Amino acid sequence: MITRRDFLKIAAFSSLLGLGGAFTINALEKEPGQKVLKDIKALKGKRWAMVIDTRKFKTQEDFEKVIRACHKAHNVPEIANPLHEVKWIWTDDYEHSFAGTAEEYISTEVKERKFLLLCNHCDNAPCVRVCPVKATFKRPDGITMQDMHRCIGCKFCMAGCPYGARNYNFLPPRDYIKELNPEYPTRTIGVVEKCTFCNERIDRGLLPYCVEASEGKIIFGDLYDPNSEIRKVLSENIVIRRKVELGTQPMVFYII
Amino acid sequence: MYDGWKIILGLVVFVVIVTLPFTMSVGKTYVEPKPSIDTPEIQKMEKKQCIEPKQYMREMHIKLLYSWKDYATREGKRLYVASDGKTYTISLQNTCLKCHSNKEKFCDECHNYVNVKPYCWDCHIEPKVGGLK
Repeated sequence: MITRRDFLKIAAFSSLLGLGGAFTINALEKEPGQKVLKDIKALKGKRWAMVIDTRKFKTQEDFEKVIRACHKAHNVPEIANPLHEVKWIWTDDYEHSFAGTAEEYISTEVKERKFLLLCNHCDNAPCVRVCPVKATFKRPDGITMQDMHRCIGCKFCMAGCPYGARNYNFLPPRDYIKELNPEYPTRTIGVVEKCTFCNERIDRGLLPYCVEASEGKIIFGDLYDPNSEIRKVLSENIVIRRKVELGTQPMVFYII
Repeated sequence: MYDGWKIILGLVVFVVIVTLPFTMSVGKTYVEPKPSIDTPEIQKMEKKQCIEPKQYMREMHIKLLYSWKDYATREGKRLYVASDGKTYTISLQNTCLKCHSNKEKFCDECHNYVNVKPYCWDCHIEPKVGGLK
């Protein structure tokens, strides 16, 4: 017959053993001498944001140059059927870009403009909240990042995103990529994808592809740094954002 | 023993089924997988060593790749300092496969032998046969 006292002793001792087990598992993760580091060249920012100067985008070529730079580098498939299309950055007209807040009596020039649209990397991103497997998450620098390894293709994020920034791979994407960029992976059928603010480039100290290809028409920087260029641009121009009334705090600003 | 023949028959059937994996491979020749490291990039190296010693890579490469994936995509840490102090960029496609450009003769050789099917290549682009990328 085991006494109450002995039982408690055994229970306490075995829970200690359990704790010890947890430590051993952590210790096994890395061998001595191995380290994982951030690149010192990486751009440092607390909240990355983007300003798109819509006045400067005039011709179709201006848009296409930017879109092509992104889609080519990230192996985004070109699918003509709008039901299956995949896009990271695209264009739409004034009324649809700013649905709900589009001023009816604004100048016809603005009404006829096209607007570059992409993932807004919202501060309060609904896609992050609804993802059941944490495949979509916020990086500390504000980027709404998606871990393709974890995505189960449930499409909750597509329902959650008010900007239509997410697309599901209904078709095997590799069949629709004309020229593969061997330095970046493709996606597989059955996952959702979107713009990642070129986090792989930021981590290496480079600006996003679209910013580079726009030649000054898009400004990218740290919103929390009062001395950054983006803050200067924001303080000197009147900007609008898409669907602010939803409270998602989008991080892409448009100069009208 | 009541119903002895039933018990013995049952035992015989059991033993036959249990030993099936062994009896089925009798007479088949054993082909040892020989992953090849004969690629132009590796030939150029003076000391032919992967980022970590051979034995470690043999046992732990999947653990290493799993942690690389998390460090790079989830934490933005994209540099790996090996135990000998050398720094490598964390990338399956651009670091591992730059040297091991012969995926069919290197990765697949053992993976096929032990019948594991990693789905890395559904997304990551494997280099073209006969040259880099």
